[in-house]
Amino acid sequence: MSTSQILVTLAGLTLAVLIAWFFWFAPKGQTRAAVGAGGAQEVAVTVRGGYTPDVIVVKAGQPVRLTFTRQESASCSEMVLFPDFNKNAKLPEGEAVSVEFTPDKPGEYGFQCQMGMLRGKLIVE
Amino acid sequence: MLVKDPVCGMEIDPQTAFASREHMGQTFYFCSPSCVEKFDADPYHYAHGVVSVNDESLASSVTTGFNPSLPLARLELPIVGLKGKNRSAAQAVEAALRNVAGVRTMQANLTTGAATLEYDPGRVDLETLVSAVRSAGYRVGGAQTRIGIENLRCASCVGFIEEELRTTPGVLNATVNIGTQEATVEYLPEKTTLAQLKQAIETWGYKARPAISDEPADKQQTEHEREYRRLRRKFWFATIVSLPVLVTAYPQYIPIVREWSVETVRLAWIGAGLLTLPVLLWSGSDFFTGAWAALKHRSANMNTLIALGTGAAWLYSTVAVLFPDLFPEGTSEPFYDVVAVVIALVVLGQALELRAKGRTSEAIKKLMGLQAKTARVIRYGHEADIPVEEVLTGDIVQVRPGEKVPVDGIIVEDSSAVDESMLTGESLPVSKKIGDEVIGATLNKTGAFKFRATKVGKDTALAQIVKMVQDAQNSKAPIARLADTVSGYFVPAVMILAVLTFVIWFDFGPQPQLVFALVTSVTVLIIACPCALGLATPMSLMVGIGKGAENGILIRSGEALQTAQALQIIVLDKTGTITKGKPELTDVLTTNNEQLLRLAASVETVSEHPLAEAVVEGAKARGLALAAPEKFEAVPGHGVIATVEGRRVVLGNLKMMQRESVALGELEAQAARLADDGKTPMYVAIDSQAAGILAVADTVKEDSAEAIAALKKMGLEVVMITGDNRRTAEAIARKVDVDRVLAEVLPEDKAHNVHLLQADAKKVAMVGDGINDAPALAQADVGLAIGTGTDVAIEASDITLIKGSLKGVVTAIEVSRATMDNIKQNLFGAFIYNVLGIPVAMGVLFPFFGLLLSPLIAGAAMAFSSVTVVGNANRLRRFKPKFSARSYERV
Repeated sequence: MSTSQILVTLAGLTLAVLIAWFFWFAPKGQTRAAVGAGGAQEVAVTVRGGYTPDVIVVKAGQPVRLTFTRQESASCSEMVLFPDFNKNAKLPEGEAVSVEFTPDKPGEYGFQCQMGMLRGKLIVE
Repeated sequence: MLVKDPVCGMEIDPQTAFASREHMGQTFYFCSPSCVEKFDADPYHYAHGVVSVNDESLASSVTTGFNPSLPLARLELPIVGLKGKNRSAAQAVEAALRNVAGVRTMQANLTTGAATLEYDPGRVDLETLVSAVRSAGYRVGGAQTRIGIENLRCASCVGFIEEELRTTPGVLNATVNIGTQEATVEYLPEKTTLAQLKQAIETWGYKARPAISDEPADKQQTEHEREYRRLRRKFWFATIVSLPVLVTAYPQYIPIVREWSVETVRLAWIGAGLLTLPVLLWSGSDFFTGAWAALKHRSANMNTLIALGTGAAWLYSTVAVLFPDLFPEGTSEPFYDVVAVVIALVVLGQALELRAKGRTSEAIKKLMGLQAKTARVIRYGHEADIPVEEVLTGDIVQVRPGEKVPVDGIIVEDSSAVDESMLTGESLPVSKKIGDEVIGATLNKTGAFKFRATKVGKDTALAQIVKMVQDAQNSKAPIARLADTVSGYFVPAVMILAVLTFVIWFDFGPQPQLVFALVTSVTVLIIACPCALGLATPMSLMVGIGKGAENGILIRSGEALQTAQALQIIVLDKTGTITKGKPELTDVLTTNNEQLLRLAASVETVSEHPLAEAVVEGAKARGLALAAPEKFEAVPGHGVIATVEGRRVVLGNLKMMQRESVALGELEAQAARLADDGKTPMYVAIDSQAAGILAVADTVKEDSAEAIAALKKMGLEVVMITGDNRRTAEAIARKVDVDRVLAEVLPEDKAHNVHLLQADAKKVAMVGDGINDAPALAQADVGLAIGTGTDVAIEASDITLIKGSLKGVVTAIEVSRATMDNIKQNLFGAFIYNVLGIPVAMGVLFPFFGLLLSPLIAGAAMAFSSVTVVGNANRLRRFKPKFSARSYERV
């Protein structure tokens, strides 16, 4: 094996590990919901190639209002689904759309676009 | 110094004004073209407008004190939350209104939930009344509408339009949103009309248009259309660039190009590199922005793969062309063709997918298109055609033959036959008389009638159906869970595989290793298609649930749809499900008296017992004229006695006959035979002589037997459940050929019985009416509620059959099976594609057959795999139920 081959092999393996760490194992930033005037936990989410923020922490038993604004025309993100709460909403481009529900049980619940390409997580404490 | 725009009143800087005009020695400045236009049309009005407003306000303030010669205005204010409250609530509202100067009389009505008042419009305006009601803790309810405003740009105009709308008579509140370019107006539809509201907006020089947010389906369609055109432009650009780039990529195959010198070819490559750059950055821009956005969230998706694949190919090519010396002999060739062609193909795939996706929601569009646009409402004795959004509950609506019923309601005048097939799938027109329910969006066939609107707007059956279907279409089926989990890990895994592929080819591949390593890893990135996995379930669900709705079956969620396919036992409630749920007169046995039925029915006209009603209906149906009974007497647990036309008529059971000492003779045996048939016999004695028997029974629906036979044929076990006695239950069971009968089950035990049937992990469906059977419906794996009329949102059920027929159960299971088959095909296809495609792209076939996949072919495969999935889902649209919802022969 030549030097360049050894180098490429080592670089490749390192890259593979990095990819696994970056996408699967690294801790993600979390956003805690602020309690609005009406007593609901409110978070504004921007939809553009992903959900920003995408990890949202809320308290159990209190109503949650997530306001989504889609800032792209790609049809992929035109819906947001909360399968665990049986909630979904159409997101017309540029319009703020609210999804409201009250999570009762603590746990982690995913939300996503219709085909699961964009994903976010709702952590209920 | 700022000046005022005389049209919209906005404060503007003359330096930056859009335009100016001279009028009667004065200069005016304008903020927008529409303001200038308005001014030019009527300069006098605007130039003096500012002054005259002040004059008017002075003039109106002169009107103090109440002028009895002025006509009083009468108004009915709907008050939210007042209906059904106690008297003190009404008093609170009345007291609040009484304190308003100018209000003469007022009356809060608890049954209608409205306050009727007379007031002097010169002293009180609506706003004051509304705030008085609010001070009592209630809200004035009105219609809410949204009106779009075209080209609304100047922010200060917002306030003026709001003010103009608020001062329009009948408007409770108005807000204008500059972001959505829409005004939201709450108003009393009896005081104002949409046309007046639009006029108010137009006085400020803006054009009103229909609100976009009211028509989500249409908006989505226009959005899709725009996106499609955008993708198509990107595709054509990439395609046109691909052609010359392909020529430079394969110079040895093209005649003239073959003769080019090495130097010329290199120059051509540089040209190709420059040409593909805009393809990468414009046609493929979505991939890069999408990939970057995903990366920021530590996630990766299809965009990441395409961006990496094409980006790597372009970078390698550029380095190879610019610095050929860096590379070993023979490896400094570019792959610009991969960049251009793959982007063209993937963009084309996205465009086609969008097209196909649009068709999956056709069912919803069809449903929404059913809504009537206008209604002919009778208010204050006048007929007026108004937009359907303005119809209020309580309005009297006139419908002529051939017209659509605009909203839900109850017929109050005349009768007709109504075609409800569009909602219920019932092919024959249903006859409707006074007191019957009519459903919005159905078609009036024969006669003109008037009805009172009971449900409007979002509450109509159609609106609820649309909402339910949309929700269900976007819910998740459990079968999608695996695909969801896989696609969560899929993209990073593919990236790792691509890296490993590169390393393996670089270490062990043939010469030139670098080229092989790069091509194979790019191919791996490009061929992997997470989209097909993600699309497999939702697309089929969309079509399947829509198909159900077209056939009068509302499936509430993907889960219900999936479970329905695996059902083993169907439990049918007897009353109202297998049978009509209403007793009917079935037999008249008479010894010698022709008048038997007429006399007996005459007695029953004053009784309120459901059996009595059946007898009266039966007699009327046979065209008998009934007389008024005298000396009517009901003997609880026995029967009734009355005198009709001077004859003493006794109707009742055996105990009644014994009490009256009537000798029954043979009749007793005949009664027993009728009872064995599941009927309820009643003896009739006239002048103390046994005269005959009337039998009443809840009869079986015409198509129940056929539907049950079909269910059995599908391999399902059919069970009947009822609270009735065993004899009646078995008589019905024999008629419809049900083998297993659970009789004498108390209503509260039905759920328990369903639970018992679920033993051995059997999947049990319960079919019932949704009210009495709610616990059993909830207990069952799939609860099917038979709904009738406008009552479609039955909470306890997983599936609602709008048409009250058991055939709907058969169709529901058929839809479910067809959809699940389709989903399985899609998932299988998507998994197999990736499981086979990725290793082939990695080159597993190379050592054996010397076969390597071209990245161009990988791009094509990737683009069309997701199109295929959507296409296969669209195949479901051809689904035809066994019992056709509409039989065209009859039309």
